Amino acid sequence: MFESLDAILLARIQFAFTVSFHFIFPAFSIGLASYLAVLEGLWLKTGKAVYLDLFKYWLKIFAIAFAMGVVSGIVMSYQFGTNWSVFSDVAGPVIGPLMAYEVLTAFFLEAGFLGVMLFGMEKVGRKLHFFATLMVAAGTFVSAFWILSVNSWMQTPTGFEMGANGQFLPGPSWIDIIFNPSFPYRLVHTVTAAYLTTAFVVGAVGAWHLLKDCTNIHARTMFSLAMWMAAIVAPVQIFVGDMHGLNTMEHQPAKVMAMEGHYESHPDGAPFYVFGIPNDDEQRLDYAMGIPKLSSLILKHDLDAPLAGLDTVPDDEQPPVFMVFWAFRIMVAIGVAMMAVGAFSLLARLKGKLYDWHLLHRAALVMGPSGFVAVIAGWITTEVGRQPYVIYGLLRTADAASPLAAPAVAASLLAFVVVYFAVFSVGTWYLLRLMAATPHVHETDVKRGDQGPIRTAGITPGPTQNPGEGETLPQSVLVKKEDGQ
Amino acid sequence: MSMDLTVIWALIIAFGIFAYVVMDGFDLGIGILFPRFQPGEGRNRAMNSIAPFWDGNETWLVLGGGGLFAAFPLAYAIILPATYPLVIAMLLGLVFRGVAFEYRWRDEKHRPFWDMAFMGGSLAAAMSQGMILGALLQGITVVDRAYAGSWFDWLTPYTLLTGLGTVAGYALLGATWLVWRLDGDVQKKARGLARKAALATAALMGAVSLYNLKLRPEYADRWFTAPEVYWLAPLPIATAVVAVLLWRSLAKGESAPFWYALGLFGLGMAGLGVTIWPNVVPPGITIWDAAAPERSQIFMLIGVALTLPLIVGYTAWAYWVFRGKVGGEGYH
Repeated sequence: MFESLDAILLARIQFAFTVSFHFIFPAFSIGLASYLAVLEGLWLKTGKAVYLDLFKYWLKIFAIAFAMGVVSGIVMSYQFGTNWSVFSDVAGPVIGPLMAYEVLTAFFLEAGFLGVMLFGMEKVGRKLHFFATLMVAAGTFVSAFWILSVNSWMQTPTGFEMGANGQFLPGPSWIDIIFNPSFPYRLVHTVTAAYLTTAFVVGAVGAWHLLKDCTNIHARTMFSLAMWMAAIVAPVQIFVGDMHGLNTMEHQPAKVMAMEGHYESHPDGAPFYVFGIPNDDEQRLDYAMGIPKLSSLILKHDLDAPLAGLDTVPDDEQPPVFMVFWAFRIMVAIGVAMMAVGAFSLLARLKGKLYDWHLLHRAALVMGPSGFVAVIAGWITTEVGRQPYVIYGLLRTADAASPLAAPAVAASLLAFVVVYFAVFSVGTWYLLRLMAATPHVHETDVKRGDQGPIRTAGITPGPTQNPGEGETLPQSVLVKKEDGQ
Repeated sequence: MSMDLTVIWALIIAFGIFAYVVMDGFDLGIGILFPRFQPGEGRNRAMNSIAPFWDGNETWLVLGGGGLFAAFPLAYAIILPATYPLVIAMLLGLVFRGVAFEYRWRDEKHRPFWDMAFMGGSLAAAMSQGMILGALLQGITVVDRAYAGSWFDWLTPYTLLTGLGTVAGYALLGATWLVWRLDGDVQKKARGLARKAALATAALMGAVSLYNLKLRPEYADRWFTAPEVYWLAPLPIATAVVAVLLWRSLAKGESAPFWYALGLFGLGMAGLGVTIWPNVVPPGITIWDAAAPERSQIFMLIGVALTLPLIVGYTAWAYWVFRGKVGGEGYH
C-alpha cells in the first residue's frame, strides 16, 4: 500500500512538472502569434519597414518558442494515459472528444501554416503569408479554447451521466459539457494572461534596447506597443480575475477558503490576510496579518457579509492550504505590479518621456519574466486548490492513477527533469541571445544555410535579402551564414 | 448502429496512424540517416527539405494518441501503462529531435551536438514506436480493465524485431524522400542509403510476418483458413510486387521510390491490421469493448467530417508551396 501511495505522489509531481514546463511556452506563443499578426498587418497597412523588421525579429524567437511548446506538448498528450490511466478510462468518453477537437481544429491549423509562416514569405506573396500568420494565431487561440474547456470541465463537471461500468458518459448536450460553468471565466483569464505575459516580454526587450540606445526606432516601436498593452490589459485582467474568483467561490468554495487562508468561519465580515503561514495540522493561519473585513468586501461586496471557512469542510476534502495561499498572493502581487508599470508608462507618455525615462525602462526590464511567474502561480492556485479531486467532487486524484510501480514513475520523472532542464535551458539561452541582438533595419528572415527551404531548383535565387548586413548584423545573427563554406 | 460507428472509428484511427507513420516516418528516417551525410551542405539540405513540414507531421502522432483516447479510451488506458518505458523513451526522443530543428542554427559550436541529438532522438522514437507495435501485437495481459502484466513484458525478441523493422522502414522512407527532394552528390548518397534500407526493410518485414504466424495461434488461423485465405492472399503478393518495383525504381527514379516505399508501408500496415482484427488490444479486447459511447463517437465524427478534408487540403497546399528540389546544382 505504501508503495502505491508513493507512485501516486511521484505521478503527481511528474504531471505538475511536465505541465508547468509546457505551459510556459503556450503562455508566450499565444500572445506572440497574435503580436506577429498585428505587426504583419500594420506592415501591410502602412507599408512601414519598421513593422516588417520587427516581424522578422520576433519570428525567429517565435520559431524556437513554438518548437519547445510542440515537443513539450506532445509529452502532455501522453501523460494522461501513461500515469493517469484510470482517469483516462473513466473520463475519456467526455473529455477525449474535446481533446480530439483540439487536435483537429487547432494543432493541425497551427502546424499546417507554420511552415509557410516561417519560410514562405517569398513563395506565396504577402497576402497569403499574412493569411498563414493569422491561421497560426487563430490556431493558438482555438487550442486554448478546447484545452481550457477540458480543464474547466474537470473543475466544474456538468452535462454528463454515470455509466454502469463507472465511466463518465456524455449527456444529451455537448454544449453543457463544453460551456461548463467555470469555462468562460477561465478562458478569458488565461488568454488575457498570455497576452500580458507576451507584452511584458516584448516590453522588456524594448526597454533593454532603449537603455542602450534610446533613439532606436525599432526598440521604441515595440516598447510603446507593449506599454499600451500593459496600461490597458493589466487592469482588465485584474477585473477578469476577480470575476473568475467569484465564479470559483460559487462552485469550489473550499478553493477560495484556501486562497484566503480562512480556516475559521467569519459570521460578520472576514479579513483579507496579507501574510500568514498556513498550518493544516492545527487548522489555523500562523503569524497572520490581515486587513479586517476586506475579504468580505472583495468576495461579497459587503463589509459585514459572513464567510464560511474550512471548518465547514471535512478534513479529507480540503486542499493543502499553504501552496494555494501563497501562489495566489504571488499572482495578485504581480498583477498589481503590472498595473503599476502600465500606469507609470502612461505618466511617462503624458510627460513625453516614454523613450528616455530610464527608471521606467528598468522597471519594465525587471518585469520581463513576471508574466510567466504569475501564470504558473495562477495554475498552482487553481490546480492545487481543487485537490483532493481530479474531477471535482467526483473522482479523487489518488483513485485516478495508473497501476505503475513507484520506481518506474520515479525513473521517468528523473528523465523528464534532466532532459527538460537541459533542453529548455539551452533553448531559453538561445532565445535570450536573440532578444539581446539589437533589432535593426533589414532584419533577417528565418533562413538557414545557403540553401534555405525557400529556394528551390527552377526558381532563380532572389537577390540577397539583407544588403549590407555584414556591417549591421550582430555576430549571433551571422552564425548561420558560415554554412557550406 | 453503434457497431458500425465503432468500425468507422477504427478505420479513422488506422488512417491517422498510417498518415503519421508515412509523414513523420520520412522525417524520422532522415534523422536516423543524418550522420551519414557530411556536415555542412549535405546535412543542411537534408534538414531544410523537412523543416517546413516536421511540425505538421508530428501532429498526426497527437491525433493518434488523442484519437485513441477519445474513440477507444480503454485501449489508451491499457496500452500506455503496458508500454510505459517505451512511450517515455519515444517522447524524450521526440523532444531532442524536435528542438534540434531550431537549435542547430543558433550556434555553430553547438551544431555537432544537436546533429547527434537529432539522430539519437529520431532513432529512439522510431525504435520505441516499432517496439510499442510489437508489444501490442504479441498481446497484453489485462485484468479488470487495467494492465496487469509485469514491467518488462514489452521487451522480447519479437518486439526488438518489430523495432528494428520500423527503424529500417523509416530510414527507407527518409532516404527515398531525399532522393526525390535533393540532387547532385547528396542525391547519389541518398540512393545508396535507400538501397541498403530497402534490403533491410524487406528482410525484417519478412521476418516479422513469419514470426507473426508463430506468435499467436489465432494469427496463423487468420491467414491460412478458408475462406479468408482467398481474399487475403493478394496482400502478401502485392507486397512482393511493390518491393520489386521499389528496387527497380531506385536506380533512376526521382519521386517513384518514395511512392513505392509508401505503398510498402501501406500494405505492411494493412497486413498487421488484418492480423489483429477485430481486437484493439490482443488477445482479449475488441474494438467494441474499448469503444467510446455512441454520443462521443457521433460528436467526434462530425468534427472529423468537417475538419479532415480541410486539414488534408491545407497540408497538401503547404507541401505544394515547398515543392521541388531543395538547393540547386548552381552551388557546386
